Order: sequence, then C-alpha cells, then structure tokens
Amino acid sequence: MAPSPDSILKDESTKNLRSLLKVIILLTIAGAAIASRLFSVIRFESIIHEFDPWFNFRASKYLVKNGLYSFWDWFDDRTWHPLGRVTGGTLYPGLMVTSGIIYHILRFLTFPVDIRNICVLLAPAFSGLTAFATYLFTKEMKDESAGLLAAAFIGIAPGYISRSVAGSYDNEAIAIFLLMFTFYLWIKALKLGSAFWGALCALFYFYMVAAWGGYVFITNMIPLHAFLLILMGRYSPRLYVSYTTWYALGTLASMQIPFVGFIPIRSSEHMAALGVFGLLQIVGAVEFIRAQVPSRQFQILLRTFLVIAFALSAAALVGLTVSGTIAPWSGRFYSLWDTGYAKIHIPIIASVSEHQPTAWPAFFFDLNMLIWLFPAGIYMFFRDLADEHVFVIVYGVMASYFAGVMVRLMLTLTPVVCVAAAVALSTILDVYTSMETPKAPPPEADEEKKKKKKRASLLTSARDAFGGIYANGSKVTVVVAITAYLFYFVQHCTWVTSNAYSSPSVVLASRMPDGSQHIIDDYREAYYWLRKNTPEDAKIMSWWDYGYQIGGMADRTTLVDNNTWNNTHIATVGKAMSSREEISYPILRKHDVDYVLIIFGGLLGYSGDDINKFLWMIRIAEGIWPDEVKERDFFTSRGEYKVDHEASETMKNSLMYKMSYYNYNSLFGGGPAQDRVRGARLPAQGPTLDTIEEAFTSENWIVRIYKVKDLDKLGRDHAAANAFNAGKAKRKARKPRVKGAKKLRVL
Amino acid sequence: MPPKKATSTSAAAAAAGTTSTFTPKKPSTKPSKNPVAMAYTRYIEDTPQRTKLLDAFLGFLVVVGVLQFVYCVIAGNYPFNAFLSGFSATVGQFVLTVSLRMQTNLANKGAFGEVSPERAFADFVFGSLILHFFCVHFIN
Repeated sequence: MAPSPDSILKDESTKNLRSLLKVIILLTIAGAAIASRLFSVIRFESIIHEFDPWFNFRASKYLVKNGLYSFWDWFDDRTWHPLGRVTGGTLYPGLMVTSGIIYHILRFLTFPVDIRNICVLLAPAFSGLTAFATYLFTKEMKDESAGLLAAAFIGIAPGYISRSVAGSYDNEAIAIFLLMFTFYLWIKALKLGSAFWGALCALFYFYMVAAWGGYVFITNMIPLHAFLLILMGRYSPRLYVSYTTWYALGTLASMQIPFVGFIPIRSSEHMAALGVFGLLQIVGAVEFIRAQVPSRQFQILLRTFLVIAFALSAAALVGLTVSGTIAPWSGRFYSLWDTGYAKIHIPIIASVSEHQPTAWPAFFFDLNMLIWLFPAGIYMFFRDLADEHVFVIVYGVMASYFAGVMVRLMLTLTPVVCVAAAVALSTILDVYTSMETPKAPPPEADEEKKKKKKRASLLTSARDAFGGIYANGSKVTVVVAITAYLFYFVQHCTWVTSNAYSSPSVVLASRMPDGSQHIIDDYREAYYWLRKNTPEDAKIMSWWDYGYQIGGMADRTTLVDNNTWNNTHIATVGKAMSSREEISYPILRKHDVDYVLIIFGGLLGYSGDDINKFLWMIRIAEGIWPDEVKERDFFTSRGEYKVDHEASETMKNSLMYKMSYYNYNSLFGGGPAQDRVRGARLPAQGPTLDTIEEAFTSENWIVRIYKVKDLDKLGRDHAAANAFNAGKAKRKARKPRVKGAKKLRVL
Repeated sequence: MPPKKATSTSAAAAAAGTTSTFTPKKPSTKPSKNPVAMAYTRYIEDTPQRTKLLDAFLGFLVVVGVLQFVYCVIAGNYPFNAFLSGFSATVGQFVLTVSLRMQTNLANKGAFGEVSPERAFADFVFGSLILHFFCVHFIN
C-alpha cells in the first residue's frame, strides 16, 4: 500500500469499513460480556441466585401473571406475617417491569420463553448494553478508540460481573447500564446545550429511579458537577439549559415512583440538586443583567447579591433541616459519611457483609490492571480539562471514596475506572502506535515539527528530549507490553469470574477427592419439603436472610425478610431466637408461627450459618429490649463466644443453640459431637426441646425445620408435659393433679 | 471559548464567596445613572420582538407560580401532589422557556453551535410535552 496506514484510516472511502469494524468490535464485546457471565448457568442450572433476586423473581412472576395494574397495587400478605407489605409502594418497579416487557415482546414474536429464563438472563443481556453505553460515554470523553477500550474493559471487569452474572436478578443488573447511559446523556446535553438531550437524560434518570435506590448517586453527581463548573468559572448558557431541563423534568418524573414519592423535595439527599438549581437561576439572571449593563460597580453589587443569596439559601436549608421540614440523611446514606454510625446505632445495616469497608486486595482482585491505570487516566483528564472531564474526575473521586467505605459500592466505581483506564491506555497507544505511521518521512524534520507543535504537552516534550523514541524497537516493546497486559487482564477476569463470582449460593458445590463435583442441595431440599408437606398458609419463622428464598422457593408465609423495613419485627424474631424456650414460645404463638427454620453448618463446615449470625440477632434484639436480651450474657466469663461445654448458660438455653444442636450427638455414635465451623467439641449431653419438635432436617443438616407444638391438651406447660412423658418427676407431677381433683370434688 | 472567558471571573468569585477580598476601585463614586433605568431602556431598545413575547410568557408563568405558592401558604398543602404538579409545571415551563430564550438569543450564538433556533424550538416542544405528561400524571 502506497499511502501511509494513517491516511488510509482517515480516508473518507474507508469510513464504512471503519464503522463496520466498530460494529463488529462492539458486537464481539457484547458477546464476550454475555458469555463470561454464563459460567453458573452452564455449570449448574438456570436458577436465581442469592437472596434479593428471589423476591424480584417472585414480583416478576406476579407482574406477568396479574398485569401491571394489580402489580402496582399489590398488597402482599405472605410476607411480614401479621403486618403484610404494600409491595407496589415499597419497591423499585423498574427491574420487574423491564423483564415483564421483554416477556411480552418475546411472546408477541412467538418465542414463548419462561419468565424464569428471562429473569436469569436479564443481567448478561444488560451487561452488553452497559458496554455500549460506556462506549458512548467514553467517546464523549476522548475518541472512539478509547470508547472501544472502555467498552471492552467494562464488558469483562469482575467488579461489575460480580453483581451481574446470569441468575443474579438484582436491581443492579439494569442499574449500571442506566447509570452510564444517564451520564452519557448528561454529558451530551452539557456539550450541546440542548434541551432535547437534557429531557432524554431526565427520562433515563426516571428509568434509573424506577430501577435502583442508587439513583441518589446521580442526583448528587450531576449537581456536584454543575456546581464545580460554576466555581471554576465555566458557567455557560449550555450548562443552564442542560441542568435546568434535567432537574425540572427529572425531579417531577422521579416523584411518580410510589416508593420515592415526595422524597426528592423533602430529604437532604436531594437538596444538593435543588440548591444548584436555585444557584443556576441566580447565576443565569446575574449573567443576563450583566450583559445588559456593562458597569463595574453594578457587577460588584451583583456579586455581593449572589453571595448573599447563596448564603441565605444555605442557611434556609440548614434551618429547614433543623426544624424538620426536610428529612435529615437516612441512616443508610449517613453511614457512608460517618462510618462508625451504623455499627453503633443501626446494627441491621452493619450486619450486612456487603456494608463493610473494602480491603486493598479487593480492588486488585476486581479491577486488576485497571486500578493502576485509573489514576493515570484521571491525570489525563486533568491535562486537558474540558467541561466533561470535570465530571469524570468528580465521579472518580466520589466513587473511589464510596467504594473504599463500602464493599458493595465497588460496583459504581467500576465504570469510571474502566473509562479512566481506557483513556489512559488509549493515550499511550495513540502515542506509540501513531509513531508507526511516519516511517516514510525523515524523522528529523518530523521531530522538529512535532517539537514546535506540541510544546505544551508534557509527555511529548519528554519524549522529544530523549529523541530516541522513533526507533521501532521501543515502540514495539511498549505496544507488546501493553498487549501482554491486556491479554493478562482478560485471563484474570475470566479466572475471577469463573472461580469467585459464579456460584449460585442456593446450591453449594464441593469437590470429591477424585476431582468430581459434589453438589449440596440442602436448601432446595428443605424448601421443597416445606412446599409439599406443610399447609398452604403455614407461617415460617427464620432469620431475615432467608425470608425471600422461603417466599420464592417454599411459597410460604414468612415473618421477616430481606426487605428490612421494620426493625422491631426483626428484633422480635431475634428475641425469639435468642431467648429461653419459655420466653420464645409465647412469642411464637402470638405470631402464629407454625415452623421455625434455621441454617446449621456445623456438620459440613458451612460457615454462613445461623450460629455465626447469632450475635447479630442478639444485637438487634438488644437494641429494642436491652433488659431482656443482653449480648454480654452469651459470652463466656473470659468474653469468648463459644458453643462447647464452656458456653454460657444463656447461650446453651437459647432457642437458637438448642435448635442447632438438637440431636446432633446422635450422628456421632455416642462420641462427642464435633462442630466443624466453630472447631468445637460439643458437650456430651445434647440440648432438649420442649416447646418445638424437629420436623425436618436436610441431608447434610444444613437446614433444620422445627414445628411449633400446639398448646398441651391438658393445659400443662410443655416442660412439665415432657418431663411427665419421660417418666421423670412422675410423682411430683401427679400431686398437683390430685390436689386439683380434690379441689374439684370439694366444690 | 469566548463566553466562558467572559463569565469566568464573576461566577467564580461570586460562587466561591471571594467577593469580600475583591474591593471596588472607587468605592465612593456610585454610578450616577440609575442602573435599573439604564437596563430598562437598553432592554426595550435592543430586544427582538419574539424574545419580548417569550419574556411576557415568562412573566405570566412567574405570576401564576407565585399565585399558586401564595395560595398554598394560605390554604395549606393538603393535596400536596396537586400543588407540586401545578407548581412544578410553572417552574419547569419557566425553565424550558428560559432555555429557549437563551438558545435563540443571538448573543449566545457561540455557545450553541449545533443548536439552531428551529432545533431549539423543537426541543422546547419535546421538553414541554414530557413535562405536561408528568404533571397530568402526577396531579392524579
């Protein structure tokens, strides 16, 4: 080829070829994104994972079966047993409605796909869209090549895969796509100053509000960006047009979601957006008047006016918050700022493992080489600081902080890391691959020309100083090194996805000594037992973690579930679990509990069992009844949490302990029972149960279900009745009965 | 870009609250002409007819918004969603109209390179339609 490759790439006639290439690359990325999320479906089966998705799945089934209107007004009497849950008004309907629409479209196209398969495969499908949205977003930041890199990164980055594997039918599955797309539309609106893009941004913001509670991130990100632009003196009419259009439409739209309601004007999380909206009005007015009157004095007056107005509105905000008109920060968000807050005041937030701070290895594990390209990318954005680059910088800083505070928020960090890393890498590649092109012209002249042209740029000037960079060897070395890193990145991502993030927590997989896979399916065994062998309206009490799964798989009424909206009710369950039988039994009776379900991992060494969660139950119960449940009582005298013979009396007599270890001794043929999770040797005498009886224990003893006994027919309390049946204290028991009879005879 | 440069000092200084350090050169001599009157005459002379029409509409929206707000303060906000949808209809329409005014303003030609006045009007219609849909939906 006679002309240099660069000119070929820039040629008008090859435009079609390039767009074809782009389409192919994007399709391949989408294919890779989808394919790498299917590990669990291929290995196990097409099933919903985890806990929360089971509720979403159940709600989707309801929506598909009963239509949108009854879904909107759905009062669910099969959760939170005595209370029920106004489901239509307490969920983000975006996910269910999306899959419902897909379901109906597919049926319309005569592909009758089961709703379960749509739910399972929704997240992989949307990850392809996320890659596309990231491409668009990064294209606005730099150019298309960086966009393609970013799309490839986010397609397979484990930080995002972890929440979007097939079967993980959670809000985040579509939320990250919406996040990126809303941000893209915002950048587009800001760049063009177009009300149309602003309105589109508001519409997708509305969709995001309907989909995920993390929309608060957007409502604070965009105002922060706008505010910084004002501070930097980058106010322009474009900013006014895009921001105010977004805010006016987006806020009104977000209030249509029943769960959100009036929050956007009543709570502190949304006040930043309102404040910046007001500020922009003032700034806009000042700019307008200033253009009319070019008087220096007048400008100063105006500026003072601006400052006073800003101070006044800030004071008004504080005043309204203090007086209670505007709700203060909710606990969930407040704990992001005051990281010790949740542990002290709201144990239920702190009890979730995803709400813990992130350790360093998690960053490298989830993002591999992107994490060290991320700061470089941010630096690149600083170098030529356009309006949209400010956004990525702010987003990067805020998201890094949040991801550092909470493991779960790694998810919002991943997109910006991918964008920044892609920009950094593509800048490097721009420099080192475009050097391939000027092979033909003499390097001397070219160098001189470049030196003059690109004085300002730091990297170029450094390169010119050394001068030897035109050698093919160094170019090839750098490019090869980067390619190697990219290959390694793909390998790492695949490995992490395959090994860490593709296990469906409902079935536990283990390996036999010969390498074959052994599936432990106790959960479903027990849930299906409940489904088949208990009355339709039986009430199941379990810790809230399993509420959704029981509702979804066993189809029975639960007392508490993963939607932790009523802390007292959860504390009631915690109290029932952590008290003596005599105290628990009335609680169980009062709540119509028929079965109690617990998870016990002692036999298999499954560490996420209820004894390990027991301390949280105690803490949550203690928050409500500090006199009756005391955490201190469950520790040994040396302050240890033990289950063996050293365990405290309160511990041994708690319902949870008894239920976990009931009959456990019988497995060990007379020898001392061994708890593989705690590594403890249990006391020879196992606990006895009076008020409940064992109904079902799964194959590996992971799920144990107990039936709550009816009241004794003879009106005795259960302990006495049991003692009577066991033949103990026969005489003692007889005496009062005789006495009673005597009394009767006398009367 | 030129508008950025023109606005940078004022907005930055104002928003950052650094005005206190920025002392006027001649504090004693106030501008002799009344700036409001000057602005008024300039406005009457320079503004095109269509923009004046928009301004009249803006004034009308402000009046309607203020009336609603006053009524809400006096009579209470019982159907809060009704108040909100009515009020945000005026606010949203105001903002959209101001956007249209900015986009069609000749002085802002540089800022809106790609948005022609016709396009701006189409955007305005699009935004207003969405706004009204949500308002009608929200008023219940």
